[in-house]
Amino acid sequence: MSDAPILKISGLHAKVAEEDIEILHGVDLELRKGEIHAIMGPNGSGKSTLAKALAGHPAYKVTGGSVTFRGQDILGMEADERSRAGVFLAFQYPVEIPGVSIANFLRTAVQAHLPEGEELDLFDFQDLLLEKMELLEMDPSFAERHVNEGFSGGEKKRNEILQMAVLKPTLALMDETDSGLDIDALKIVANGVNKLLEADPEMCVLLITHYQRLLDYIKPHHVHVMVQGRIVQSGGPEIALELEAEGYKSWSDIEGAGTATSPVKA
Amino acid sequence: MPQNETIHDLGLDEYKFNFVTEGKPVFEASKGLSEEVVRQISAHKGEPEWMLDFRLKALKVYESKPMPTWGGDLSDLEAVLDEIHFYVRPQDRMGHTWDEVPQEIKDTFEKLGIPEAERKILAGVGAQYESEMVYHSLKKEWEEKGVIFDSIEDGLRKHPDLFREHFSTIIPIHDNKFAAMNSAVWSGGSFVYIPKNVKLDTPLQAYFRVNQERMGQFERTLIIVDEGANAHYIEGCTAPVYSTESFHSGVIEIVVKKNARFRYTTIQNWSNNMYNLVTQRAMVHEGATMEWIDGNLGSKLTMKYPSCYLVGEGAHGEILSIAYAGDGQHQDTGGKVVHVAPRTTSSIVSKSISRGHGRASYRGLLKVHEGASQARSNVECDALLINDTSRTDTYPYIEIEENDANVGHEASVSKIGEEQLFYLTSRGIPEDEAMAMIVRGFIEPIAKELPLEYAVELNRLIELEMEGSVG
Repeated sequence: MSDAPILKISGLHAKVAEEDIEILHGVDLELRKGEIHAIMGPNGSGKSTLAKALAGHPAYKVTGGSVTFRGQDILGMEADERSRAGVFLAFQYPVEIPGVSIANFLRTAVQAHLPEGEELDLFDFQDLLLEKMELLEMDPSFAERHVNEGFSGGEKKRNEILQMAVLKPTLALMDETDSGLDIDALKIVANGVNKLLEADPEMCVLLITHYQRLLDYIKPHHVHVMVQGRIVQSGGPEIALELEAEGYKSWSDIEGAGTATSPVKA
Repeated sequence: MPQNETIHDLGLDEYKFNFVTEGKPVFEASKGLSEEVVRQISAHKGEPEWMLDFRLKALKVYESKPMPTWGGDLSDLEAVLDEIHFYVRPQDRMGHTWDEVPQEIKDTFEKLGIPEAERKILAGVGAQYESEMVYHSLKKEWEEKGVIFDSIEDGLRKHPDLFREHFSTIIPIHDNKFAAMNSAVWSGGSFVYIPKNVKLDTPLQAYFRVNQERMGQFERTLIIVDEGANAHYIEGCTAPVYSTESFHSGVIEIVVKKNARFRYTTIQNWSNNMYNLVTQRAMVHEGATMEWIDGNLGSKLTMKYPSCYLVGEGAHGEILSIAYAGDGQHQDTGGKVVHVAPRTTSSIVSKSISRGHGRASYRGLLKVHEGASQARSNVECDALLINDTSRTDTYPYIEIEENDANVGHEASVSKIGEEQLFYLTSRGIPEDEAMAMIVRGFIEPIAKELPLEYAVELNRLIELEMEGSVG
């Protein structure tokens, strides 16, 4: 059982809930403990949809296939239940919550992750938060700012990783975390993720990115190429380098990579 | 009427009740409003002649004014008013027992963690209990400084000149139909005087005042803040006030004299059958500052627009209001600022939340009179809609008679978005808690101005309100 996958995606089909547009046309993927996988692909290939469908975004509806996380079917679970089970999505576009401080938000989230009836010790939480902020080289005053309100692109992404560090997921889905980050911030973020991986041998990461750049700092074991809602190639880190050199152009006319009539969305 | 045995059943007999000794009401005015009723009230209170005349005059004005046709729907109100006892002594108002208090109100008390004794008071089945220690030490401090903090009746009796000099000068009888009604039948409320240059660190809380006539149906409050004084007055609480009555019409008058500073905070949460029509106004003199912090929850219809008349040069008025319109409720609230003197400044920030079929309307008047040169004002009203069925409207009236006035107005309407909810739930926070968090964040700019215990209660209340709002 020890090498049973943490995440197993089989033949996953998904569409936008309110429209009849299928975006994922059968995705298969397995992540085992401690593994880092990267999914690369052009805009509109369905990478973000995959991440959101895995996290339980209500705007996406799974129409076929299965997803098990640590042996448990998670497709029937709400987003908050998936989070408490250990799934975390670092958002491509983090959302502003005016008037709610990061400290308050995270305290509520950590409390929600505790078993029923267990009360979070506020001093422990404070220590945890400060420790993780230090790891991500964030000023403690950041905790009092309102969630993502008036944040720069880099601050938003760092805030995502702070949340990840505090909630300690078993599966981290990172949706274009590198976009909007300068190289220094990218290194800090990568360092934070790597520290989390070191601390938890079970933890695995699914990185969604356009670029090789992030993969220099968070080194993937496997790289997958997604085009038009399907994984069309899987291999080692060398794939990312090839893509960097050649671009996605070679995939664009792959026969049968997607149904020609289906419009595709990010 | 409550019998001693009822009180005993409630386990409340350890508290002092100076009024449950009688089994029968001694006095009860007949239903509806008439000259006879007004005379009875005045006679019963043993008032001076001038007050009786004032009341009778007010009654005539009330009768001559038509029902307002703006604001909320008052079409059923006439029928309600015909059934009202316009004067019931507070001790007789304890006419119901704990058993008669609706379960939902009891549940809310439970969830809010309101202490047992207070629940009874809030539900109207017990008297306000004295927080003896706290109250007495404060009272001593206030007395030493010459502060008067009394019931309105005691104010009239004990300080007749000071009372008469200011009473009804800020809100005259003719102001509106309900101010006239209140003027005719007022009963209960506070009389406050802060002497020159006295600064109070501890807020005056109506809650502490040892007088049962705290929150009458027709409460009348008169507050005089003398030159250079500085104080904060708090009325109400966030717990639902249960009342068998369905009509509340208060008048709050405040004078803030030269260079004084005053804040009036009130949070009220009425039961769903209540018409709550309140007139509250401050006259703000030279260099003085008046702040209204006004929270309105519950009721069937609330019409309430705290106002500041900036009559002295450099006067400043501030109105912060939160309205929460639950299912079937209409909050027609906002604020009114009248700039009369030069270099006066004001700010109105209004936040409303509508849930279910609730409706929140912002209604505001900003007026800059000729002569109020260099007046500055900023109005911001934000509405948050919880459900597709929730409603909000904005009625901003702006009248400017000075060319160099600087006036800003911003309004926003937002709906709790799927993306916001997903963001919070994706961190493990259950959806109703996430909703409450978004709402709390929305009102944060005002909630942070509240005394801590009020802010905490308000937040808890919003959490309760958000339960079951999902889906």
